Amino acid sequence: MVDQALRSLAQFLPETALAVCFCLAILVGIIFRRRPQIVPVVALVGITVAVWFAIQQTGSSESVFSGMIVVDPFAAFFKIVIGTTAILILLFSIYSSEVQSTIKRLVEYSSLLVAMTLGMFLMAGSANLLMMVLSIELTGLSSYVLAGYTKEAPDSSEASLKYIIYGALSTGLMLYGISILFGLTGGALEFSDINKALAGGSVSPLALLVASLLIIAGLGYKISAVPFHFWTPDVYEGAPVTITAFLSVASKAAGFAMLIRFFKVSFIDSNVVGLPAGFWASLQDFEWNKIVAILSVLTMTLGNLVAVWQNNLKRLLAYSSIAHAGYMLMGVVVLSDKGIAAVLIYFVVYLLMNLGAFYIVMLIEAKTGSEDIDSYKGLGYRSPFISVAMVIFFISLAGIPPTAGFIGKLFLFAALLDAKWIWLAIVGAINSVISLYYYVRVVRNMFLRDPEGAKTPIAFSLPQFAILVILVIPTLVFGLYYSPIVELANASLSMFGLP
Amino acid sequence: MDIQPYLLLSAITFVIGVVGVLARRNAIIVFMSIELMLNSVNLSLVAFSAFLGDVTGQMLVFFVMTVAAAEAAVGLAIIIALFRNKQTVNIDDINILKW
Repeated sequence: MVDQALRSLAQFLPETALAVCFCLAILVGIIFRRRPQIVPVVALVGITVAVWFAIQQTGSSESVFSGMIVVDPFAAFFKIVIGTTAILILLFSIYSSEVQSTIKRLVEYSSLLVAMTLGMFLMAGSANLLMMVLSIELTGLSSYVLAGYTKEAPDSSEASLKYIIYGALSTGLMLYGISILFGLTGGALEFSDINKALAGGSVSPLALLVASLLIIAGLGYKISAVPFHFWTPDVYEGAPVTITAFLSVASKAAGFAMLIRFFKVSFIDSNVVGLPAGFWASLQDFEWNKIVAILSVLTMTLGNLVAVWQNNLKRLLAYSSIAHAGYMLMGVVVLSDKGIAAVLIYFVVYLLMNLGAFYIVMLIEAKTGSEDIDSYKGLGYRSPFISVAMVIFFISLAGIPPTAGFIGKLFLFAALLDAKWIWLAIVGAINSVISLYYYVRVVRNMFLRDPEGAKTPIAFSLPQFAILVILVIPTLVFGLYYSPIVELANASLSMFGLP
Repeated sequence: MDIQPYLLLSAITFVIGVVGVLARRNAIIVFMSIELMLNSVNLSLVAFSAFLGDVTGQMLVFFVMTVAAAEAAVGLAIIIALFRNKQTVNIDDINILKW
């Protein structure tokens, strides 16, 4: 027992690093009460160490802490994505007016960000229903508080309240689903045990459907899939931009990691023969992928259609991120390795372009004090470099070559066509066209409209540009030279306990 | 042991909780309804646990209780922060952000 725990600890280094860093951040905050600026540095170092440990894990495949958590390339991939996002968000925070105006609370900000990252790391690796709930809660509780970080602003605390009500509701639904699944499978909590119980016994299909729908409600809330998306626009608009950007990338990545692992490991039928290489089948003809297909269509269509009407750029990006979750769900539907690889590729690309877009919104908001699309009129003349970078991120989000966004979409559609999901591919393509409209609307405001009010150039400092360049260059380079991400995604497909 | 009455009670409590969250307008009552939902989960877990003769279910209940307590603590703190801004806990009056 002790022996096993010690061996597990050795595989638990990224999470241990984050947990230690969380405690250290609070401690440093108390000791250096007059200089809270040190705390983000502690957080930055801690997260960097955790990412470094996660990179070491890419080769291993093991189950630790008696099956609670697994360490495998799939989890390591998501840990790296989440950790990288956290590092970038901490860098963004240096220039965030919302964060810097309340410098005394920098301690809570940084330590909660670390706690949230820890929750997401655990989400990526959890292989047990109990661990699933606990890690979702850890992520959730930290993000509820961070969404209301600027508590003097009424819209921020309102966002926070809406977030926790929807969050608690979906946790409740998910827990009820888990309790049904627990009874159905005769007391199984580990995903692989659920799989054995379902494959062996005769489980009532209706009860299984109800239980999995309830669990989808919990996971769908994390990835903001329609109809569990109601919190997304409000929280994204009300929360500080840095937190919005973090939620839109890392929280979604963790949710997807959990969704894919739960459904693949629990419902895979490993006895089916005669499938083409790289495909797998679902148990007992329980076609959960059809449910996900419906969710995917709803998510991208609603996300794109509502985004067209938005005037607040943060809210527009919130709906656009809902639509992107819809695209990524298409990769889960096809039940093939190619589909999952496409989702992983999309996440790398999505990290770059979405963080970039939010970063620019943050910079502009700090200068002009507005997030309205109208305030971007004539920005192309006032600040050419920032505007050109924004155009690159937007055409990447719309999926136009030669940007990385195109590569992400290309692999998703290739996986769909490979699995003969033609109608879904058509819906996805139509949605990409709709999305082009609202991205171009912002670009038109920046370059084809005269500035309203102030016409003076907006200046930014060199480090601010440096962070932007870190995001712009890969967005362009991966559009042309994409084999590294494809190789990384293909190497990260294997999950513990699956062939 | 007959498990059905317990599951039925749990399902009824759960539905009351969900309806409470969706229909009531006072943020405090919404949180009470969420507690009701989580407790119905506890009831069904304990029922299954006794039925299957497996203590795992009862162990889960402790975690669900912890989660419920943590959620209530954070939730009430957020309600206080909001009350300081708007002097209300009515959800209908809290609507700066919409579609």
